[in-house]
Amino acid sequence: MEITAVFYLVPALIMFCCGVYGFITRKNMIAMLISLELMLNAVDINFVVFNRFLYPEQMEGMFFTLFAIAIAAAETALAIAIIINIFRAAKNIDVRSLNEMKF
Amino acid sequence: MESVGSLIMYFIVALAMIVFSVMAVTTRKILRAATYLLFTLFAAAVVYFMLDYEFLGAVQIAVYAGGIVVLFVFAILLTSRPGDNTERLTSRSRVLGAIAAVAMLVVAGYALLSRCMAFVAKPEMQAPDMDAVGTALLGTGAGQYLLPFEAVSVLLLACIIGGVVIARKR
Repeated sequence: MEITAVFYLVPALIMFCCGVYGFITRKNMIAMLISLELMLNAVDINFVVFNRFLYPEQMEGMFFTLFAIAIAAAETALAIAIIINIFRAAKNIDVRSLNEMKF
Repeated sequence: MESVGSLIMYFIVALAMIVFSVMAVTTRKILRAATYLLFTLFAAAVVYFMLDYEFLGAVQIAVYAGGIVVLFVFAILLTSRPGDNTERLTSRSRVLGAIAAVAMLVVAGYALLSRCMAFVAKPEMQAPDMDAVGTALLGTGAGQYLLPFEAVSVLLLACIIGGVVIARKR
């Protein structure tokens, strides 16, 4: 039995679908952010797998993943700053109850 | 042909990735969701190591497991009491989410598995060493990434300032 690219792409696909499910069903903003991270990671794995299996002499997929990780870190830090700010103003972070823009 | 050891390794990692990502979105305790996310990120790092991208695996562990998950844990502890359960999901939102996820899974899974035969085993590759990575990251030629590197550094600076401005007490 040989491990081909599909063997890595299928777990990544399941991970992405978990992220979609979590993003739709969760109400807590941090839990939604966690689902978002799952989706981002699944896409990163796809980039790396295609790079490794189709173009092993180049490094484009690897560098794209590297920059995606850096941008994901920046995005998470900002999102958590916003969430903490909202928590300070509204005393909860449930997206269903945040329907006023100005407190 | 893969060795038995790498096959066993692969199945452990794939199973861990699937199980922990499902648990991260279904558990009702948010701190546990962050912990399962950590395990999923470790599994992704192991995948990078298995595909010979050692630098990427190290970055994944350092940035994600070391930085982002810690940030998540602090944010969770600041905004909710540990041990709290999130409120029970309504069946409507659960059905909606399940429909979206399963539709995505079926469409993409069909596209993937119908072309299953087109994929071949891993070609031989010399693992990119730090020399090659560093040259590609700081060069200006074709396939080199000085400009995105500098753009990301400006982005991170903007993110630091933005984070301070947004989260400070007024």
